[in-house]
Amino acid sequence: MASANTSTTAEHLIWKGGVQPMKVGYGKLMMWIFLLSDTFTFSALLVAYGLVRYSFPTFEGLRKSFEFSNAWWPIPERVFASVPFLHGINAPLVFVGIMTFILIMSSVTMVLAVEAGHRRDKADVEKYMLWTILGGIAFLSSQAWEWSHFIHGSEEGLALADGTKIFGANLVRNEYGPAAFADFFFFITGFHGTHVFSGVVLNVLIFYNTANGVYEKRGHYDMIEKVGLYWHFVDLVWVFVFTFFYLV
Amino acid sequence: MAQHTESGEKLPSQTKEIWRTFWILLGITALEFVIAFTVDADLYKWTKVGIFIILTLVKAYYIVGIFMHLKHEVKSLIWTVVLPCMFVAWLVVALIVEGGYIGWERLFFIGK
Repeated sequence: MASANTSTTAEHLIWKGGVQPMKVGYGKLMMWIFLLSDTFTFSALLVAYGLVRYSFPTFEGLRKSFEFSNAWWPIPERVFASVPFLHGINAPLVFVGIMTFILIMSSVTMVLAVEAGHRRDKADVEKYMLWTILGGIAFLSSQAWEWSHFIHGSEEGLALADGTKIFGANLVRNEYGPAAFADFFFFITGFHGTHVFSGVVLNVLIFYNTANGVYEKRGHYDMIEKVGLYWHFVDLVWVFVFTFFYLV
Repeated sequence: MAQHTESGEKLPSQTKEIWRTFWILLGITALEFVIAFTVDADLYKWTKVGIFIILTLVKAYYIVGIFMHLKHEVKSLIWTVVLPCMFVAWLVVALIVEGGYIGWERLFFIGK
């Protein structure tokens, strides 16, 4: 097979038909197509969020007089204003900022692992894959804290007109705003978190294979590139979630 | 493309562009925080929203273009990915506007 191929393209990148559509290997192209379909799924969530959010009234008064109520959509920076170990301190969006930094950083170590794979430097691939896995686990832990804090809520809670009080959030009602607010928080960050989790699993798998010399024997580190695409996609989705759920 | 080092010697790493992209992404995120806490949200709400959306798209460009390497792929692959996303962007705008109407109807016919 290799003798028929006179181009400079590496043999493992040629498809079985003898050509190479779009100048990428089969696996990488299919990863792109999969990510495109995943984009549609996440878009469906963001589109639904946008529609429901703008069907609810916004708070009419000035920002500094904002109060939580089930009658209007909350201002996100008032909801997400806590950081672990700093109880009672108002730090709007700081923790989400740290989570964003963790994910961008792990994206960088992933692309460094891909670059090391191009050089077929096994030790470097291992090193950067470990950092990437660590970043993924750190992000998931942060999200677990964020969810726990969101579910348990504040000490004051929200007083309703009939005198009862709501603390924290579930799928039926919450102390921050309309039920749909917490529902979208759970679904969007939960669906993203599931992606991060499966990304970590894939990262562990390819780290294991790298350490066992599977890719060294195969002669190329293309698998790192394919999983890398998935990992960057997870980072990309977070960039959009950060803007549209937390910032705007 | 994989460079073959049969002799086993180490090739120099090429990480300049990666770290440059990292600093750009970090800088943009920091800028978003500065804007979020210094610009008055009561007066400039929609200006802020506009700036955030533009900065998000810039970040997306760097992640997809450099980290996912799409910038250096062939044109047909670039458009395969970008074109469907442009239709999605249209859907987002269309349904947010629609959401506004739903809220208006609810306010007038149900009164809450």
